[in-house]
Amino acid sequence: MNVKKENLIRSSLLVISVFILIYPFLFKAAFYQHIMIMVFMYGLLAVSWDLMGGYANMFSFGHSAFFGIGAYTSTVMLIHWGINPWIGMIVGGCLSGIVGVLISYPTSKLRGHYFAIATLAFLFVTKILLENWRFVGAAQGLSVPMVKESSLLYFQFHGSKIPYYYIMLGLLVLGVVLTKWVIRSRIGYYLRALRESPEVAQSLGINTAKYRLIAIALSAFLAAISGTFYAQYVLYIDPPSAISLHISVQVVLISVFGGTGTINGPLLGTAILIPLINLIGAWLGGAGRGIAFMVFGAVIVVMCLIQPDGLIKYFEGWKLSNRRENEAA
Amino acid sequence: MKLLEIKNVTKRFGGLFANNRISFDISQGEIIGLVGPNGAGKTTLFNCISGYYPPTSGNILFEGREIKNSPPYKVCARGIARTFQIIENFQKMTVLENMMVGAFKKHKYKGKAFKKALKVSEFIELSDKNFEYASDLSPPEQRRLGLGMALATEPKLLMLDEVMAGLTPKEIDEVLDLLRKVRDSGVTLIVIEHLMRAVMSICERIFVLDYGEKIAEGNPEEIAHDEKVIQAYLGKSYAQG
Amino acid sequence: MDATVIIQLFVSGLTVGLLYALVAIGLTLIWGVTDIINFAHGEFLVIAMYFGFFTYSLLGVSSILAMPVAVVFLGVLGWIVYRYVISRVLKSENILSQIVVTFGISVFLQSLFLFLFTGDYRSVDNDPWIKGDVQVGGIFSSTPEVITSILSLVVIFFINLFIKKTYTGKAIIATSLDRETAQLMGINTERMNSITFALGIACLGVGGVVLPITTHVSPYSGFLFAVLAFTIVALGGFGSVVGTILAGVIVGMIQTFGGFFVEPAYKYLCVFVLYLLVLMVRPKGIFGW
Repeated sequence: MNVKKENLIRSSLLVISVFILIYPFLFKAAFYQHIMIMVFMYGLLAVSWDLMGGYANMFSFGHSAFFGIGAYTSTVMLIHWGINPWIGMIVGGCLSGIVGVLISYPTSKLRGHYFAIATLAFLFVTKILLENWRFVGAAQGLSVPMVKESSLLYFQFHGSKIPYYYIMLGLLVLGVVLTKWVIRSRIGYYLRALRESPEVAQSLGINTAKYRLIAIALSAFLAAISGTFYAQYVLYIDPPSAISLHISVQVVLISVFGGTGTINGPLLGTAILIPLINLIGAWLGGAGRGIAFMVFGAVIVVMCLIQPDGLIKYFEGWKLSNRRENEAA
Repeated sequence: MKLLEIKNVTKRFGGLFANNRISFDISQGEIIGLVGPNGAGKTTLFNCISGYYPPTSGNILFEGREIKNSPPYKVCARGIARTFQIIENFQKMTVLENMMVGAFKKHKYKGKAFKKALKVSEFIELSDKNFEYASDLSPPEQRRLGLGMALATEPKLLMLDEVMAGLTPKEIDEVLDLLRKVRDSGVTLIVIEHLMRAVMSICERIFVLDYGEKIAEGNPEEIAHDEKVIQAYLGKSYAQG
Repeated sequence: MDATVIIQLFVSGLTVGLLYALVAIGLTLIWGVTDIINFAHGEFLVIAMYFGFFTYSLLGVSSILAMPVAVVFLGVLGWIVYRYVISRVLKSENILSQIVVTFGISVFLQSLFLFLFTGDYRSVDNDPWIKGDVQVGGIFSSTPEVITSILSLVVIFFINLFIKKTYTGKAIIATSLDRETAQLMGINTERMNSITFALGIACLGVGGVVLPITTHVSPYSGFLFAVLAFTIVALGGFGSVVGTILAGVIVGMIQTFGGFFVEPAYKYLCVFVLYLLVLMVRPKGIFGW
């Protein structure tokens, strides 16, 4: 890669970063801010999914369940015991991680399609359980108790979406940094090894089951973080909104569109598709939602046909030169 | 104490006895050859030793400890590494990264693993390809990479499954030299090989398998003249004739 | 415990189960032969359901009359989808793509329904031909349920006949058992795939048209049936017709008995929990290959 191209990439990244930072002040309308917030939220979800699906080869269609566990845990803890949602977020993440690990035991022998279906069943089971459990509001759902004034401490803001914007952005950045750090570490090498060739990985001393568990736990943890954010953003959760196949499927499709197993791929996919869906939905009014998702479905199908490895494949060689050597150091 | 003791190992798949009451010992520092016609059960034995499945009966002792029920990653931890007949390196990773995966076993930190991988790469003479993707290597280079990956785990015993398949005579000599270097660095070797001249020139002791049973054991000289061995490879009439 | 109640539950479970089997039969064929899981199966069923509903609401005649149209339409649609979408994805050998592409179709179809028909729930309240109850002894079953059970058995019988007795049918079995050998034997496996896919989707046209009588149809109806169908296919084994019937009936029974003895809201839960348990023990299903 020549220097000119590299400089071009560096400057583009810089411009994009600045744009993202000042975006809420450029686009003051709540709707446009909402779109970006959704981009960040789904971005974190997609990155978390990629860890499980792209690196550990466990194609989960039940990711929304982890999302929901996060949302419900922090909200329930707040309502019943008055615990601060930030703490609830961490607890929700850990709980979600534990659930992820537990689920992986019965499903560890399943591969590919079978695993996907098992995750669907798991999603359904979680949803039905929550719909009938009065402690968590059953089908009516839960409303997050309002605090009088916007507060960072209580993770609630009225009147303006801007704080939510920066918080979700921050969470996304933290999530991405954490994930990339893991991928670059020994764990990441082991995951890539077991993704390609589990037998060889085993012969090199890798306990493949253990590392799969690590991937799942981390993946579930991050997904739950998104869930808590959602609860505090929308201030109301119920089974259909928090544990929905819709969310699960969107996360998978977006990640595959962008390119799995790359972290950057799902981010790219989210950045393109979420605004697309929301904008089409808004511009076309009533029937817009239907059309937006028709376009979404069609785009996914087309991408699967022409480039199964995802959009990121077109950017494959684009590495900044000092990265390769730094990679190993 | 013997490094590896195989005691009456039998492996059944349904009605087929892939390994039938095989016994032998290996001492530290030896280069052992494991030969036999196709289907004799050599790879099956490797798989039992390295933990991919347990033997149906019998014992496998490494440094005096039973390992027959250990899974592959634990066997590696004990100090046994292996290569595979069908090349299965990590194609989407670079040569160095492939070896780092192995190196991580004994060097938990990335920096140390990186240095170890560099050393191994130099040892097996693949340094010039360090940053190439494994998928871009030629088959002989891929085999050397497989060897390097296994070596990176710092094994006491290295089991090689047909590491010389498809090589030219010159390449074979290079590999033989490499194997001697490996042994001199303190690693014991078991080599499954079809190429008789390679086996004869490098192995100090040879075990011959046929139809799942050990039919002969000895140094190259003895094996070459063993009637049962000749019969197994070339047929009864040749042996008697 | 009254024996009548048990028998009633049994009969209900049976009719429900046979209906599910009818939905699942197409899926198991497709799965067994092409090795692809059609995650859009539910949405194709919904197409048939809308056919049935609109035949009733727009034309005023029994929804069952929509059957021939629905079957043909779905058969052609299935063939087109296979030929232009599925077959190309199969070639790429990327498993995730294969899973995702049918999900993409599912999302597309669902949104299409939303756009065309809105999200309202529709049902056929008073079908001119299929209504009322059937009573034998003290046991009740609604006419629609009985009809779908009969249809289910008929369809499955004919499919079994087709597979076992015709050349194409046997070629399809050969393809599902060992694709390469089938090809070596001169079987055009691609064609077998497209026939199977078309056939599998067309099956949905049979039961789907009368479903709006017993349950409602909306853009979202497909999901539940689809997941139940997957459960049945996974339980009974992919590619096994017998397995599908048995598994369908088992699922129907669990749902009915579970709903009665545990709690109605948990009836599906029982099904899925059982499914997860079976998965742990026999991932390939009871009769699967």
